[in-house]
Amino acid sequence: MVDIARGPTDLVPPAEVEDAELYHPKSWITKYVFSQDAKVIAIQYSLTAMAIGLVALVLSWLMRLQLGFPGYFSFISPESYYQFITMHGMIMVIYLLTALFLGGFGNYLIPLMIGARDMVFPYVNMLSYWVYLLAVLVLVASFFAPGGPTGAGWTLYPPQAILSGTPGSGWGIVLMLSSLILFIIGFTMGGLNYVVTVLQGRTRGMTLMRMPLTIWGIFTATVMALLAFPALFVGAVMLLFDRLLGTSFFMPAIVEMGQFLERDGGSPILFQHLFWFFGHPEVYIVALPAFGIVSDLISTHARRNIFGYRMMVWAIVAIGALSFIVWAHHMYVSGMNPYFGFFFATTTLIIAVPTAIKVYNWILTLWRGDIHLTVPMLFALGFVVTFVNGGLTGLFLGNAVVDVPLSDTMFVVAHFHMVMGVAPILVILGAIYHWYPKITGRMLNDALGKFHFWVTFLGAYAIFFPMHYLGLMGVPRRYFELGETISLQESHSLNAFITVVALLVGFAQMVFLFNLGWSLFRGREAGSNPWRATTLEWQTPDTPPRHGNWGKELPVVYRWAYDYSVPGAEQDFLPQNQPSPVRSG
Amino acid sequence: MYIALILVLIAAGSVLFHFLSPWWWTPIASNWRYIDDTIVVTFWITGIVFTAVVLFMAYCIFRYRHRPGRQAVYEPESKRLEWWLTIVTAVGVVAMLAPGLVVWNQFVTVPDDAAEFEVVGQQWQWTFRLPGEDGRLGASDIRNVTFENPLGLNPDDPNGRDDIVVIADDLHLPVGRPVKVLLRSVDVLHDFYVPEFRAKMDMIPGTVTYFWFTPTRTGRFEILCFELCGSGHPYMRGGVVVEPESDFQAWLGQQRTFAELSLPNDGEIVGAAD
Repeated sequence: MVDIARGPTDLVPPAEVEDAELYHPKSWITKYVFSQDAKVIAIQYSLTAMAIGLVALVLSWLMRLQLGFPGYFSFISPESYYQFITMHGMIMVIYLLTALFLGGFGNYLIPLMIGARDMVFPYVNMLSYWVYLLAVLVLVASFFAPGGPTGAGWTLYPPQAILSGTPGSGWGIVLMLSSLILFIIGFTMGGLNYVVTVLQGRTRGMTLMRMPLTIWGIFTATVMALLAFPALFVGAVMLLFDRLLGTSFFMPAIVEMGQFLERDGGSPILFQHLFWFFGHPEVYIVALPAFGIVSDLISTHARRNIFGYRMMVWAIVAIGALSFIVWAHHMYVSGMNPYFGFFFATTTLIIAVPTAIKVYNWILTLWRGDIHLTVPMLFALGFVVTFVNGGLTGLFLGNAVVDVPLSDTMFVVAHFHMVMGVAPILVILGAIYHWYPKITGRMLNDALGKFHFWVTFLGAYAIFFPMHYLGLMGVPRRYFELGETISLQESHSLNAFITVVALLVGFAQMVFLFNLGWSLFRGREAGSNPWRATTLEWQTPDTPPRHGNWGKELPVVYRWAYDYSVPGAEQDFLPQNQPSPVRSG
Repeated sequence: MYIALILVLIAAGSVLFHFLSPWWWTPIASNWRYIDDTIVVTFWITGIVFTAVVLFMAYCIFRYRHRPGRQAVYEPESKRLEWWLTIVTAVGVVAMLAPGLVVWNQFVTVPDDAAEFEVVGQQWQWTFRLPGEDGRLGASDIRNVTFENPLGLNPDDPNGRDDIVVIADDLHLPVGRPVKVLLRSVDVLHDFYVPEFRAKMDMIPGTVTYFWFTPTRTGRFEILCFELCGSGHPYMRGGVVVEPESDFQAWLGQQRTFAELSLPNDGEIVGAAD
């Protein structure tokens, strides 16, 4: 039986990994640029992801300007509009969210939270970042290529993606596919590292069922990504061949603008299956780290053990497994065999059960807690609201027949932004407020943080909640302008409102970036454990932790990660490496 | 502290918005009222869950906010509570899934008496084909596509000679008769959608896809392309006129057949449909 609370652990001799076994940097370049320290790599990943994320933010402003005030901005053409939405979507999903959660938080937190000195393959870890950076640069290059970036929509559906009616079908799509291929190569190097480190690198006493849920979330998401990304890899390579070599993997016989193309026998639907075999797990690749992190934020700041830890772990694993057999719920009206709908609607709605359990347990952790409304906690609470909202609208779209009128409307856009845009980003922001003191040694400014939270949370809700109703009206997604259609005329006022709020929320992110820079020098000194948290990363001898993390001896773990407010204990938290034998009360 | 109040306002505001806002679906014009009903059932179940969860959160935040001397309750898990919540959730999911699957079964089961017609998409226009007097659509192949024969009908198939081809004009349908829509594309993905009909399906080059519905209300409705098909996507519009059987037959009589359209040196310019 697993010990979920304080089981007896024999004292073991600590630390057999010698500090000297790590490759220590000898120059500024190997310390900060070609670094093999997971913490430096984490910061490199995070800064790169945030920089390219800023590009995606600006693109979202441009597309919102067009949607809110069609006709006012002569520099936005249909072609450029489709390029904006395509690049916004791809950057946010792959190059920001995936990279930041796994490359950023994964690298920083895995070794520290499991009590390791570093990742097990530091050199491969370094390569992973540099290949990722190359992928980002290739992606950025497409903005400057002849014809601009691809405007095929982030789903890149052929035949349209590689035919001349779509902007960027020359250079743009080639650079996009090349960049994705590079990203997957880079991710695979990092991902294998995270999985092996969690399985092999845990310190004495850190059993799997004592790991913080953050690590469970990142670990499961990484396993999923290693299994899901190959489908995208295959799809990208075959589409690249169709584009460059004239093959017909996805191309049937086609008459394009009166011209016969020399293609035959391919299947456009095959690409959709490959894309969504990756694409649906991808939703959970982003969501599971967020689930894990938010569990730890809520537990720490409510001073209460996470409620139902074992159920939480099994829910993460169950969601990860189920998410591989639901992909075709993105394809109910794609023209695939309609009888698939019965199977995929059923599996999709079953996922709601483990997901709901997670939500209940977050709230039951608040119940009878001692809730400190710190900035990380505010973001965690904001996450629960937006995630519940976005998760529930998934029950509309997952139910095949309800999806028929709603698919490809703004309802879908509102749903996935709420559930895999706003919700995970609120967790990322909360996590940055939470761990910034460990990374830099200083606290982020509280007043700016609260301003940032309120504008972001309320603004994002005001953007995406009403947007569902546009979809219900029948407003299509991916429309440059709605034209004269009578039934859609009432949407204009709401679209203008959404645009104004979107610009405000974007502005609040600038305040956040200012806070990140300003607090680096002027922030209050944090000390080693400002939140009085139990997990190992707060128990390092130095803050910020040095290369090797633990000084001479590795920590030994005696308890699970959630010993908050233990009856009879002197403090309201017991760090995982504290051996004091407390009688259970 | 404020956050508890604001969460209450979010829950209340969302419910009020749902009932009071002017943004709602367009009046239905087909038999798929069951789809609308399933959406309403789903709104009720999810709305109740959302309101309950957010209000309970607000209560917890208010009741258990930090004050000097408060200590959280140490309780790692409660099997009973967790099982109860799991079972209640499963019941709610079944309540949404079951009607959904029943209606999906209707959606994928085309009635035997459904009349067939064809919609063909190309960048960026709609073309329609209805069977002629023989009641059958002739064979088609994309390799037959020419300027005069944009649908690629097989000129040697006698079934196709009397097919009615409607280019760059509204489609007409009789009210109250089930129709099976056969969907084709000659270039990229498109999607045939009339919001009032509630039903849609993608069109894929190289494949014939389909769905069925029964128009229940007369009037002219707009067709929108609902699958991104390139830079002209938002302008790919068309119209469907639903009218009584007699008007429909009169309209049908004025249309030209494939055989008439393919006569050489015909005065009308067939391909100028852009």
